[in-house]
Amino acid sequence: MANLGPFLEVLIGGLLAGVLYSLVALGFVLIYKASGVFNFAQGAMVLLAGLALVRSLDLLVDRGLPFGFAVVGALLFAGAIMAITAWLIERYVLGPLVNQNELTLFMSTIGATFILEGAAQMLFGSDVYPLQLYPTDAWILLGELFPGGILISKLDVWGGLIAGVLVAGLAGFFQWTKTGRALRAVADDHAAAQSVGIPISWIWFVVWLAAGLVALVAATVWGTKLGVQFSITFLALKALPVLIIGGFTSIPGAIVGGLIIGAGEKIAEIYLGPHIGGGIEYWFAYVLALAVLLVRPQGLFGERIIERI
Amino acid sequence: MFYREAGQFKTSYAADMSIFPIRQDRIALGLLLAFAFLGVPLLAVLGVGSFGHDYIFKAILIPFLILALAAIGLNILTGYCGQISLGGGAFMAIGAYASYNFALRIPELPLLASILLGGGMAALVGILFGIPSLRIKGLYLAVATLAAQFFFDWVFLRVKWFTNYTPSGSVNAPRLDFFGWVVSSPVERYMLALMFVTAFALIAKNLVRGNIGRQWMAIRDMDIAAELMGIRPLYAKLSAFAVSSFIIGVAGALWAFVHLGSWEPLAFNIDRSFQLLFMVIIGGLGSILGSFLGAAFILILPIFLDQVPHALGIPMSVETVSHLVFIITGALICSLLIVEPHGFARLWGIAKEKLRLWPFPY
Repeated sequence: MANLGPFLEVLIGGLLAGVLYSLVALGFVLIYKASGVFNFAQGAMVLLAGLALVRSLDLLVDRGLPFGFAVVGALLFAGAIMAITAWLIERYVLGPLVNQNELTLFMSTIGATFILEGAAQMLFGSDVYPLQLYPTDAWILLGELFPGGILISKLDVWGGLIAGVLVAGLAGFFQWTKTGRALRAVADDHAAAQSVGIPISWIWFVVWLAAGLVALVAATVWGTKLGVQFSITFLALKALPVLIIGGFTSIPGAIVGGLIIGAGEKIAEIYLGPHIGGGIEYWFAYVLALAVLLVRPQGLFGERIIERI
Repeated sequence: MFYREAGQFKTSYAADMSIFPIRQDRIALGLLLAFAFLGVPLLAVLGVGSFGHDYIFKAILIPFLILALAAIGLNILTGYCGQISLGGGAFMAIGAYASYNFALRIPELPLLASILLGGGMAALVGILFGIPSLRIKGLYLAVATLAAQFFFDWVFLRVKWFTNYTPSGSVNAPRLDFFGWVVSSPVERYMLALMFVTAFALIAKNLVRGNIGRQWMAIRDMDIAAELMGIRPLYAKLSAFAVSSFIIGVAGALWAFVHLGSWEPLAFNIDRSFQLLFMVIIGGLGSILGSFLGAAFILILPIFLDQVPHALGIPMSVETVSHLVFIITGALICSLLIVEPHGFARLWGIAKEKLRLWPFPY
């Protein structure tokens, strides 16, 4: 019983941290689902959205606007920046690359990553900018049951709530709106979708915009957690194992994958780390993902891969 | 006009199977090799132009040769066998640290043997991490190979035995003594790298056009069909992983010993893996020549871009320049992929076709 308290704390902290990874992974899933592009630029998009948000917020607050209005204004500005980015990427990078194989598309998004990282830092500066949108203190629960209680960060809980709302919203969007249905049609078969009159380039713009907005939401949470800075782009690398555990094409998979990775990583770090040298958070997620893939090559929730000759 | 095979008759099977069937190609390659092996050292000794400085050897020629070797290794796996790998940096690290430990712990071993054994260790690990490729395909595999990258980054950082318990984690290369030839000056290092690259490029070229190379290509083009035709995927895929990791491992050992001299695990981080993959894709998947072209492009582009504002006399802060280099590199990569998704090797092939008809295009 004495060990249960810390264990629960680690478990809950890990699960919530995992949800934050899911926020980034969601952007990947959206784009892969709709266009078959594995978008490595998602991390750079989080950076761009975060920088646009925090810089315009600082500017508006300096002008004397009340904080609430300033936040709304900054969110609108960052959203507009993401819309422009989505349009530029669709128009100049992916549009001309239609029908190339997925490796070429993947590499082109790495090229886009370089452009976004350079442009974001050149436009908005490259320091660490603190962002304070959510409470960052912690609750202490069940203090009477365990010595010291269980520490839960409010920010992580906010992140979890936001992720839940996002997933519900996206699921509804895919299920019930006309554009959402068109997106699913495009994901099934580009040529067939085009032949029934679905405008592919518009759909791709919508999808990149959605991914950009998800990046913006992720940036608000991660920016509050770490401050908006260049290292936020490495989130993309953290989100990849989440993605392959859940499957590239499944939105709920991204959340479940995040929970598994988050909890597994923290528990392994605490209980396994001291025995083999610490810092195993660095690779544990990937090895876990590899193990899952060996059993299910398409991830836990991915669409079954059917191969024909 | 001058690039035409008219009148060149092949009278034996050996001639029919030669790597360069056209005489002009053989002459051009001979001239290139002669320049690389004799001309460059001669220019360096005479001190002609920029060849008189160490800079061109240290910053351009030696890294170019070694990275081209690594790109050849990755090209065998990704370009010929179709298995996308983001673990190139890790296999370079394994080659480097394994060779280092062989040289350190078995001093009687000739250095050449340590380097090759380092490549062998990389090959063993490559086979191990290649096993998942039998079940996982495409981009899932690419992400899975990142497991190797992150795992070995961590191993060489945390397991102190590999770095011989040096407090900073940085280790020094042993004395480069190849059977009495002590390699020290930049020109000698260049010659050493050149010999390795020439030998391995020749081996790789012969592998990919032989039986095993054709198996790899069949697997790449459609693995299920290849299996139905009687090619064993286990053998073909794992042999591609082994050969590729061996070459990348040797390149890693050279990178550490010949180029860096002393190094930390960071020298082989994930950026290196991406750099290698870029070289292979921009140079041309499934082309040995492409590996060289891609390596040259990816290596020289940032160096060149760094110099431009200086040369034009535009005052710019170092930070702005580095951001601009990012943007321009990204834009060039995107536009290259759009203009020619098959890379420089295809452009070269097109140019040669055009040259054969020139100056009468019909």
